[in-house]
Amino acid sequence: MRRADCLEAIYDELAGCAVVTIMGAVAVELYSLGHRPNFFYLEHAMGLASSMGLGIALSQPERKVVVLDGDGSVLMNLGGLTTLARYAPGNLTHIVFDNQSLLSVGGFPTATATGSDLAGIAHAAGIANASTVTDLEAFRTAAAAAIAGDELTCLVAKVEAVGPKSFHMDLHMLENRFEFQRALRPDPQGAPS
Amino acid sequence: MPVSERHSKLVYDALVAAGVEVVSALPETWLVHLIRLAEDDPERILVRLAKEEEGVGVSAGAHLAGRKAAMLMQNHGLLQSVNGIVSLALLYKIPLLMLISDRGHLGEPDPWQTQGGRATRPILDALGIVTDELRDPAFVQLQVGRGMTLAQASLAPVALLLTRDLMWEVPA
Repeated sequence: MRRADCLEAIYDELAGCAVVTIMGAVAVELYSLGHRPNFFYLEHAMGLASSMGLGIALSQPERKVVVLDGDGSVLMNLGGLTTLARYAPGNLTHIVFDNQSLLSVGGFPTATATGSDLAGIAHAAGIANASTVTDLEAFRTAAAAAIAGDELTCLVAKVEAVGPKSFHMDLHMLENRFEFQRALRPDPQGAPS
Repeated sequence: MPVSERHSKLVYDALVAAGVEVVSALPETWLVHLIRLAEDDPERILVRLAKEEEGVGVSAGAHLAGRKAAMLMQNHGLLQSVNGIVSLALLYKIPLLMLISDRGHLGEPDPWQTQGGRATRPILDALGIVTDELRDPAFVQLQVGRGMTLAQASLAPVALLLTRDLMWEVPA
């Protein structure tokens, strides 16, 4: 299963959500499908995408929040899984693309390559709805159900360690940040209050 | 416990007056009353962290979603959070109000708290973060309010150091 195909499979479901991605291939591949103002690409601060998603989900309980994370990033903030579990916002879906490597920095293997089970860790952290999928149809079904549902879900998608040819995105980080903030306003036109 | 309940309440009330809605925190002795006040306040969202750096992410998310946030942590929590502060709060211009218990200075009885205090200000300075000390209870409300105003106007972190003079009540 390829991450790019997974992203394409849920692209339509992301339309009304606040979407936070990690840096690297996840950001570029989502961007390449067609950028939207409700997509925020966290280009650094590895590990904190899920914490940002939690802050958004608790601040706007009516809005669906989707975090597109990766194994390397999650491994940097395993404690954050216990924080997600503790507050368990039903409007948050945590998708973890697990390619068992740090793809954009040389492809060195992460601990999931030697057996660490992120869905198992998430489940043991207290996220009852945590599972692993390995094929595209299962991913499509599980991700769509998680986004549509009202229970915190951690979905680990086992994907191939392949990425985009280029990591270039024609979108400055700050442009993305201000646009995203505006998109999260209750009035999406962003009329000054 | 000689942590000042009265001054903790002053600090908490100042956060409320400054419009803080999301408080992320990791406990330490000086913060117990502050965190209990947040627990008992149904108007605030309290996020208990496993590690302080998460609070940078939570606060950034809250800010982008339209809510004012503050972090409560020890100065060792600041040390723990430095990458998040640099590569999220500073990089993405996030107004991050940090209330930091400044352990390790005059009167510090715990040997293990004595190293971090020396590093706290130099690190905040190195990061270019505007820092002020909360010492005199008479100015707490003003300083917290102004700290929030500056954070929001500059879209940058602001550190308010909670000093022993403020937080520790000398028994009469």
